[in-house]
Amino acid sequence: MWRWREAESVELLMADRLAALRMAVNGGPRPPLSWPVTDKRTTAARAMGALTVLLLAACTQPGLRSGSNPPGAGAAGSLPALRREDVLWLERTAFGLNSATLAEFRSLGRERYLEHQLSGADFPLPAPVVAALAGHAELGTDPLPLLIEVEAQNRAVNAMPDGADKDQARKARNERANQFANEAIRGQLLRALYSPGQLREQMVWFWLNHFSVHQHKANLRWLIGDYAEHAIRPHALGHFRDLVLATLEHPAMLEYLDNRQNALGHINENYARELMELHTLGVQGGYNQQDVQQLARVLTGVGIDLGNAPRLKPDLQRFYVRAGAFEFNPARHDFGPKALLGSPLEQQGFAEVEEAVTRIVKQPACARFISRKLAIYFVADEPPPQLIERMAQTFQRTDGDIAAVLRTLFQSRELNAALGGKFKDPTRFVLSAVRFAYDGRTITNTRPLLNWLNGLGEGPFGRQTPDGYAMTEISWASSGQMSRRFEIAKSIGSGNAGLFDGDEGAAGPGGGFPQLSNRLYFEAVEPFLSADTRSALARAATPQEWNTFLLASPEFNYE
Amino acid sequence: MNRRHLLKLGSAALASAALDGRLYAAPAAGPRFLLVFLRGGYDSSNLLVPYSSSYYYESRPNIAIARPDAALSTGALALNADWALAPAVRDTTGAMYLQRQVAFIPFAGTDDLSRSHFETQDSIELGQPTGGARNYRSGFLGRLSDTLTGDAAPAAISFTDALPLSFEGAATVPNLSLKNIGKPAFDERQAKILSDMYAGHHLEGAAREGLELRQEVAQEMTEAAMTAANRGAINTKGFELEAERMGRLMRDKYRIGFIDVGGWDTHVGEGAAQGNLAGNLGNLGRGLQAYAASLGPEWNNTVVVVLSEFGRTFRENGNRGTDHGHGTVYWVLGGAINGGRIVGEQRPVNRGSLLQDRDYPVLNDYRAVLGGLFRTMWGLSKEQCARIFPQTTALDLGLV
Repeated sequence: MWRWREAESVELLMADRLAALRMAVNGGPRPPLSWPVTDKRTTAARAMGALTVLLLAACTQPGLRSGSNPPGAGAAGSLPALRREDVLWLERTAFGLNSATLAEFRSLGRERYLEHQLSGADFPLPAPVVAALAGHAELGTDPLPLLIEVEAQNRAVNAMPDGADKDQARKARNERANQFANEAIRGQLLRALYSPGQLREQMVWFWLNHFSVHQHKANLRWLIGDYAEHAIRPHALGHFRDLVLATLEHPAMLEYLDNRQNALGHINENYARELMELHTLGVQGGYNQQDVQQLARVLTGVGIDLGNAPRLKPDLQRFYVRAGAFEFNPARHDFGPKALLGSPLEQQGFAEVEEAVTRIVKQPACARFISRKLAIYFVADEPPPQLIERMAQTFQRTDGDIAAVLRTLFQSRELNAALGGKFKDPTRFVLSAVRFAYDGRTITNTRPLLNWLNGLGEGPFGRQTPDGYAMTEISWASSGQMSRRFEIAKSIGSGNAGLFDGDEGAAGPGGGFPQLSNRLYFEAVEPFLSADTRSALARAATPQEWNTFLLASPEFNYE
Repeated sequence: MNRRHLLKLGSAALASAALDGRLYAAPAAGPRFLLVFLRGGYDSSNLLVPYSSSYYYESRPNIAIARPDAALSTGALALNADWALAPAVRDTTGAMYLQRQVAFIPFAGTDDLSRSHFETQDSIELGQPTGGARNYRSGFLGRLSDTLTGDAAPAAISFTDALPLSFEGAATVPNLSLKNIGKPAFDERQAKILSDMYAGHHLEGAAREGLELRQEVAQEMTEAAMTAANRGAINTKGFELEAERMGRLMRDKYRIGFIDVGGWDTHVGEGAAQGNLAGNLGNLGRGLQAYAASLGPEWNNTVVVVLSEFGRTFRENGNRGTDHGHGTVYWVLGGAINGGRIVGEQRPVNRGSLLQDRDYPVLNDYRAVLGGLFRTMWGLSKEQCARIFPQTTALDLGLV
């Protein structure tokens, strides 16, 4: 326990320090080299020591002193002041701000930044992230041999005689699956935190949530990594139809929504229904129960096969499709005539599946449904209808080009008008807090993030029902949620969450508490704080507390 | 017990609450309801044992629970001529049953025949008709708490880490697991600063309430633990401790609660009078007893329903366990319920009465059963019942 000097109030000291730093950022005189010292200054200074060093380091960075003066700003060498709407707009394109994102924005400007984010550019990950991901090569494993191995192991375990050995083997099997899934999640979290392609990362999250699968069903823990990397990520900014087909052909979806079981004479409608209701058209999307039944028939035979190709009658062989664990088995398919959404389907076999998907995604209802959902995620809980309409027009004109639809969204005046009013869902809150707090330092341990997200009820691949997590404030701002958020703010702000421990839980070098009152803060946060938040920050007794209040503030929880 | 009786008990308890120095300023009046969800599908045949059925003993050569023996005070407890209660809960739930505070509803469950944990849990928590389009953002406890607005506005809480699907749609319901209660993260000064930051903001209430709840719970639970220790009370742990805390919170502050308890998926080595399942049932029984005790007089104003997504196969499997089944046994508990009975539609337990030669059929639909309880407890109209459980006719089992 340490105390501040009696003569000086905490508020004053903090205010002084911040004023000094603000001047530094704006190109004013350098702050004093150390805090005012008196004889009584002991532990307080030690606690502040790390902060001081960092502040001074920041102040001497050359970048800080380059660039032109903002209009009406002070001395030479300061960066142009940012407009609130630019900062908030930028935040929407990313999982919150960090220095790298802000620097890219400053160098490119809004339009070119957006084009870069929407392009298919190969956004290189920072070296430490590449190194962290490279350590887990099994994540790139093709799911087929993996599934074969897992199912063989399951059979072996089930065949064991009852007893301690069997229990042990079950436990080991389960732990391996958990570990594998957690590695996949770790990879997703690190990319989301540090990829320069922040908009694409948000879209990966958005589509994973839109085409939601639950990791604890069947053997999905072995599949979610591949699902994210190979079904979702390559199409996140591509064409919507490709995305639907990629999920339709992925074993994770076929297992999760039971189409693996869907066969002639054993109809399972589950996936057919959700494909229209949740993935493409929406509840009032102009289809009826008849269409659900017809689509279920179309989807018969679309499933998973871990073995050799089945023996087929000669006339069926040309319909057989196989790619990894995915299989279209014509022997299980209903080849009878079908009609969907008012007209007959003309193709046969898997071509009929593709025809059905094409027809569905061309419906105006699909363009509106997807546009509306994107607008809810990026613009507002109740997005303006005229914006949805323009996005839907883009969707239809471009044959479902997701990047084009997002361009309409991010260039819209409706988005500008809605800035600052979108409550961050737990994923955005947690990721943006870590990006902001540990700006430039790559965390090594994602376990705390996973715990926070689970605790806030938005764990990765954790939504039980196929509708994905809600994206509106009402689902995430209950009293229980708010207090948990504040606690997470404290964990991050105090630096004791273990984010720099080894990924297997080994204690790391420790990070100390983060420095939130940094250059990024003075550039992009401080100018736009409310009086209430400023007053709260001024009442902070320690830097850790100051960090906590900032991350807990309304300004940080909205974007 | 009719509704008027419930409410009367409620106001009597309210009057006494003022005297014993409660922590919370605004005790909840009116009936209380707690849903205990046993996730995993518990083996109801080894809780409520159909001991008059020789087929039960044929089907379970290794895991059957022995017939009740009047000379034995530790075996199964005969509840009537057909059913006996597992020894694991004999001293807890069994004793409450004899005080008419417990009833069982065999052959209960849902028409969801998927026998999948996820699907069936989801469909129960949503409480909507199966087979059609469903609204995943609307759980039945959410609709219940939305229905009871106005004078009877209930304060609902989920004692879980995340808000369960049951409460989906009711945004103001807090969730707080009482499993481990540490020191609150913030002292009073810090909590005040955090609250002040949200002054005038539309989340002001949520921010303040969340902080206060944490502080209150921590304070209350610590004081209570200390008091218990001083009196040399047995140190409770696990679910029992959690349930005791839940009871205290519901006594003072909340009227609708939810808790889930896992560990019931006994495919392997289920055990019989003792073993895995018996251990879990024992914990549950002690927890429910502790919950009742900590509610004090409000126990007379409370209804608890214990349910699970499905029952299990009637026959034991090759691993001395049981697999996913269908119909199950629901428990209804409360200080003033018309208990000490096995209620609802029933049929003799033999091979012919099994569904698909596998498990219990469902004769008492969960939506009808819960709808009937809610209707009487809160005096709901037909329309209100239909909002909570659409396309269902509430079933009156005469329990409340």
